[in-house]
Amino acid sequence: MDVLLPRTLEEALEMKAAAPAALPIAGGTDVMVELNFDRRRPSALLDISRLPELGMWRKQDGTCFLGAGVTYSRIVNHLTMFPALVQASRTVGSPQIRNRGTVGGNLGTASPAGDALPVLAAYDAEVVLVNAGGRRTLPWHQFMVGPKKTVIGPDELILGAQWKIVRGPGSFSKVGTRNAMVIAVASLCLLLDEENRTVRVALGSVGPTILRAVDAEQFLARALQEAGAWDDARTPVPPAAVEEFAGRVGQAARPIDDVRGSAAYRRHACAVLARRALSWALNDRKLTGTR
Amino acid sequence: MLVRVKVNGESREADVWPGTSLLSMLRDHLGLVGSKNACEQGECGSCSLWLDGELVCACLVLAAQAGGRDVRTVESLAPGDRLHPVQDAFVEAGAVQCGFCTPGLIVAAADLLQRDPTPGDETIREALAGNLCRCTGYQKIIDAVKIAAQRMHP
Ligand SMILES: Cc1cc2nc3c(=O)[nH]c(=O)nc-3n(C[C@H](O)[C@H](O)[C@H](O)COP(=O)(O)OP(=O)(O)OC[C@H]3O[C@@H](n4cnc5c(N)ncnc54)[C@H](O)[C@@H]3O)c2cc1C
Ligand code: FES
Ligand code: FES
Repeated sequence: MDVLLPRTLEEALEMKAAAPAALPIAGGTDVMVELNFDRRRPSALLDISRLPELGMWRKQDGTCFLGAGVTYSRIVNHLTMFPALVQASRTVGSPQIRNRGTVGGNLGTASPAGDALPVLAAYDAEVVLVNAGGRRTLPWHQFMVGPKKTVIGPDELILGAQWKIVRGPGSFSKVGTRNAMVIAVASLCLLLDEENRTVRVALGSVGPTILRAVDAEQFLARALQEAGAWDDARTPVPPAAVEEFAGRVGQAARPIDDVRGSAAYRRHACAVLARRALSWALNDRKLTGTR
Repeated sequence: MLVRVKVNGESREADVWPGTSLLSMLRDHLGLVGSKNACEQGECGSCSLWLDGELVCACLVLAAQAGGRDVRTVESLAPGDRLHPVQDAFVEAGAVQCGFCTPGLIVAAADLLQRDPTPGDETIREALAGNLCRCTGYQKIIDAVKIAAQRMHP
């Protein structure tokens, strides 16, 4: 086995083109477990943990770009204008894991339980891929195509993710057996887009990949419209509409039975998370007086 | 491959297999066995140390990734014959039973107290969530962190 130690993105992409089988290693929180347990013996490792190009993020013209190498700890400390992303990052592993683990690694692993992924899905994020020849940009759902399956090419690296900043409340929540160090049994990100008067709901750990609850999103947007709640945050939303929304989110899940939970439990958990996330969002709107 | 790392202020090097973790390099090649190896999958925190000042699990860092960087292990906390205040507090509170989790917990607790000198219960629990202890039931560990906080910032 070889370890390739590029100092710049350009060098890294040349190395990747010359050795397409080289496995990128960023925080190593997924890769090292596989190495330590002999589950994987790549011919080479490509250390991308020190590439400055991956470690940056920026906000520009209503868009945010998040470099693949930004760690969860840095998100929690610096990206406070994105509460859902911060909440998801804070639930990842432990301080030790958050100091190393990156969103690029979460995308690279593409587990349906990856905690950053429902947030990126709710943000309608695009994944930016790069090779020695240039860049391409894919919507998140065209990048992640199945459990642990992405369309990344052998000569490509993930440069980062980018999304249009949405004005309105949002949250990430997850169900698991503990408050820390836990793989989600079900997770949910909900956003209200005040500008376009739309709702976004993304689900993790309850399908082969991240799912958007499109039918529930449209139902709630309409219900808020009919209640007049988009115009006035103090307007109550009928409890029946909240229940119907939660039920439709549950129906959007495509869960399986596994060691972490049964399909029926997961569907139920999605509905509970949906109801709670909605009540937090409606409360936030009241407090901030968002029109 | 040859990896050179600054460990506790001293430049050290070892000829390691390229897939070696920083933990294995420290323990098996450099004879620094303070950082413990229990799970090798980031779950238990007994290998906690500082890499360029950040708390990490050494079992999840590739040795080569630490090349040229600054590593501080539990051994750095008590270089002479005086214990670090966090170590003293663990002894005093009875927060050590078999002791296997202790080095990792001491490093994690010292890391927390650097960032937050007066942490509350919730903060302590969240900061130590990545360190498992099979013996103490954690309460005495939390007591120890509070004792250390008081001593360090009276
Ligand atoms: C104890 C423990 C607890 C955990 N808890 C959680 C949790 O609560 N929630 C959660 O979502 N995850 C959790 N994880 C999994 C892991 O921490 C995350 O998936 C993390 O985001 C991985 O990031 P990394 O930088 O460490 O990835 P690495 O391990 O370095 O890489 C992961 C994969 O992505 C690829 N990759 C990384 N960066 C790039 C890039 N820029 N371009 C192309 N490919 C790339 C690698 O080749 C590899 O296939 C946990 C892991 C451990 C060990
Ligand atoms: S040995 Fe590293 S976390 Fe358990
Ligand atoms: S004292 Fe035995 S594991 Fe903590």
